[in-house]
Amino acid sequence: MFVFAYGFLAPIVALFTFLRIIPIIYTFVLGLFNWPLVGTTHTFVGLSNFTTLLGDANFQSAIINTTVFAFATTVLSIVIGFVVAALLARGAGRIGTLIEVLFFLPVVTPLVPATLGWRLILDYQNGMLNAVLGLLGIPKLAWTADPTLAMVSVILISVWAQVGFNMIIFLVGIRSVPAMYYEAAAVDGAGSWNQFRWITVPLVAPILLFVTVITTIQSYNIFTQVYVLASDVQGAPGHLVRVLVYDIFQNAFRYFNLGYASAEAAYLFLIVIVLTVVQFRFLSRPID
Amino acid sequence: MNPILRRRVVRLTIQTILLIVGFAMAFPLFWLVSTSLRPGPELLETPPSLLPHQWTLASYFKAFAEAPFAGWFVNSVVFATVSTAFILVTSLIAGYILAKFRFPGNNVIFMMVLATAIVPFEIYMLPLFLEVQALSLVDTLPGLVLPYLILSTGIFFIRQNVIASVPDELLDAARIDGMSETGIMVRLVPRLLGPALSALAIFAYLQSWTAFIWPLLILNTEGLFPMQLGLAQFNSNHTVNYGMLSAGAVVSLAPTVIAFLLLRRRIIEGVTLTGMK
Repeated sequence: MFVFAYGFLAPIVALFTFLRIIPIIYTFVLGLFNWPLVGTTHTFVGLSNFTTLLGDANFQSAIINTTVFAFATTVLSIVIGFVVAALLARGAGRIGTLIEVLFFLPVVTPLVPATLGWRLILDYQNGMLNAVLGLLGIPKLAWTADPTLAMVSVILISVWAQVGFNMIIFLVGIRSVPAMYYEAAAVDGAGSWNQFRWITVPLVAPILLFVTVITTIQSYNIFTQVYVLASDVQGAPGHLVRVLVYDIFQNAFRYFNLGYASAEAAYLFLIVIVLTVVQFRFLSRPID
Repeated sequence: MNPILRRRVVRLTIQTILLIVGFAMAFPLFWLVSTSLRPGPELLETPPSLLPHQWTLASYFKAFAEAPFAGWFVNSVVFATVSTAFILVTSLIAGYILAKFRFPGNNVIFMMVLATAIVPFEIYMLPLFLEVQALSLVDTLPGLVLPYLILSTGIFFIRQNVIASVPDELLDAARIDGMSETGIMVRLVPRLLGPALSALAIFAYLQSWTAFIWPLLILNTEGLFPMQLGLAQFNSNHTVNYGMLSAGAVVSLAPTVIAFLLLRRRIIEGVTLTGMK
């Protein structure tokens, strides 16, 4: 029995160690070195990458941008996803199925073409969004060139891409709440809002925690939307929303400084861990 | 207003709003398709009309002539197929053994799988790049697919499913009938895990079809690019033509979107794999 189990498991564990365990640990180790992408001179520099980063203007703005982005995307995609799921769960029939499909479409769309589609819509000159706003008498806005609007655009694209996933998870959770709870509450005279507030929300709280953690982690790792949006059309570069993974990518593959980039990745890892722990602490308290 | 009528009005209003928002969700995809089918002059129309006045596939022909979209498509299929096959096999074996065999180290291995499942790829991609570099696999298809051969979530997911739907009595009966341990694992167990394995396959396929940052790090040769990376490069090289860009975008999103429209339930199960258990 042992021979069978170990025999089959060994190559998988070896692969797993090589592809996951070692790289994760090595992220921290590399951060302690001056490690050029090419060449063989690797010098141990202690924590200097970590301390230098704290004073690096690019890193600072990346942290701020990523945090603003992640917070907005997480909150919006969860609130909208939850409201839509709660409305659909009350039985919307065939139209409900159609709405589910429409909301889920962006989830299965790869981000590169999705961002291209959005860029057509957000285009200053010929974009549909400015055309529609024009009908309402609002002047044209530079959605990808203005720093604030570029951030709004990236959040918009990301909420669009994420909300269907969150909605489906919530829907599964809400539908698994036994109907008798609602019936009992209705007998006691509780209206829709009270049923939602006192039955649905508390019973779906563990799922809410799960979705919050997943969405926060994903949002902190945003890259593709920014990368595609930054190379704007007609030679006019869009405003770059510098985010952490983009900065890591630049430090590693443009400035060839793997050690420095790894220290940055280690910071990202720590942020993600701290946020996850905080969310578990804060959100898993029973909602009274 | 009487209560029944009022409820109907509320219901209808909610459905209408949801439907409008729903169509807005699909609009970027609709817009790509619509733009890709326009003749050149119509691309610069302001305000643009919803549908082309004249329909043409010209942008598709031009895009395919300008860039090796067909080759990129094939690379993506190879990448996704190899990755999916490996993830299915490794998840089945590891998930089954971790679920059904008690041996020293079982829990340690399981905890490692669980702990790494939540660490985002972007955090450890640089050491992974160095490993691939050490193996001289930078800018090769094996280097591209290497990190996608295993999936922590997949091992975890199969383990949970084996515990839930493979009874010990059945395994013992098969042993008494003289079936070998290997036979049980590769022939009997998969038959009991149909829906789980297909959900996992969908998740794995979608994961590599949509992968972007790893291909960007590891590949330089245009001929080796998978679809998403090819499209992104096409975007930075041919920024002038919305028609061609949309045509390329439609080609790169069509497989997953069409698969979703055809196999709705299955795909949703696959995508939300991490959320179901």
